[in-house]
Amino acid sequence: MKELSLNILDITENSVKAKASLISISLSEDENGILTLIIADNGCGMDEETKNKVTDPFYTTRTTRKVGLGLPLLKLASEQALGEMKVESEKNVGTTVTATFDTKSIDFTPIGDMTSTIVTLILGSPEIDFEFTHTSPILNVKLFTKELREQLGDVPLDNPEVITWIREYLDEQYNNTEDK
Amino acid sequence: MKSIAELNAIREKMKNKVVIREGEGAIRVVVGMATCGIAAGARPVLNEFVKDVTDAGLSDKVTVTQTGCIGICQYEPVVEVFEDGKEKVTYVNMTAEKAKEVVEKHLKGGNVIAEYTISNK
Repeated sequence: MKELSLNILDITENSVKAKASLISISLSEDENGILTLIIADNGCGMDEETKNKVTDPFYTTRTTRKVGLGLPLLKLASEQALGEMKVESEKNVGTTVTATFDTKSIDFTPIGDMTSTIVTLILGSPEIDFEFTHTSPILNVKLFTKELREQLGDVPLDNPEVITWIREYLDEQYNNTEDK
Repeated sequence: MKSIAELNAIREKMKNKVVIREGEGAIRVVVGMATCGIAAGARPVLNEFVKDVTDAGLSDKVTVTQTGCIGICQYEPVVEVFEDGKEKVTYVNMTAEKAKEVVEKHLKGGNVIAEYTISNK
C-alpha cells in the first residue's frame, strides 16, 4: 500500500463486514514521533482460533480468492517501521486492532490522505457511526458522525452535499492545524 | 471555520427536494474496494466518480456504491456500471482520469468507452 491511510481504509472494511454499528479510528502521534493507530469496532468479533489466523495471508473468509492480505499488510507496514500490531477480539463484543509506527523510521509509510479514507468509509456505509480522531503535537482533527446526524435529521450521510461538506470540514481541520 | 451547524441548512434545503433514486434510467456505478482494489488505486477512482457525478448534476439518476473483491484482482481498479434494460459494463484498470471520462461520455453522454472495458483486454 502506498499510504497508511489505504491500509486503514482496508482494515476498517473488516469492521463493516463484522456488522459493527460503531467504528472508532484513532491516530495519535506523540512528541517522539511514535504513531499509534487504533481501529475499534462493536461488530461480531472473532473466536480465539480465527483471531490467531488473521495475520496468515493464506487465511481468508472470502470465497472469490484464496488469499487475505489486509491484516498481514498492516502488520508488515507496522513492523518495518519498528512498531508492532496486535488484534484483540471477543465474540459478540467486537474487535480492536492496534498498530504502532516510528514515524522517524526510513521505512515508515506516510499516512497520506485520511480525508479520502474517511469520506470513502462514510460513502460505503452511511448507516454506521464513525468516530475519527487524529492528534499530534501540531494536529487536532475530529469527526464524529453521530454529531453530524443530530444536525441532519433524516438526511443521510451519503447525500452528495453532505459528503462535500464532510470533505471540506476535514480538509480545513488538517490545513488549519498544519500551519501552527 | 466550518461549523456543524451548517448541516442544518443542508437539511432545510433537502426538505424541498424530491429525490428520485430508482425508476427508469437509473444507473448504478459499483467500485471494487477490497484489499486488491484499494492497493491498485480504487480510492481516488471512487472519489472522482462521486465528485464528478455530483458536479454534473447527475446525483438523482446515478448512485455510486462500493463492493468487495469480484475475483479479477489483476484488473483492479474495476468499476461496473449497471443500467436498467442494458447489459452490464465492466471497466478495468481504472484511474481517476478515466473515471472523469466515463462520467462525461458514458453516464452523461450514453456512450460506453469500449477501450476501457474488460472485453477489450
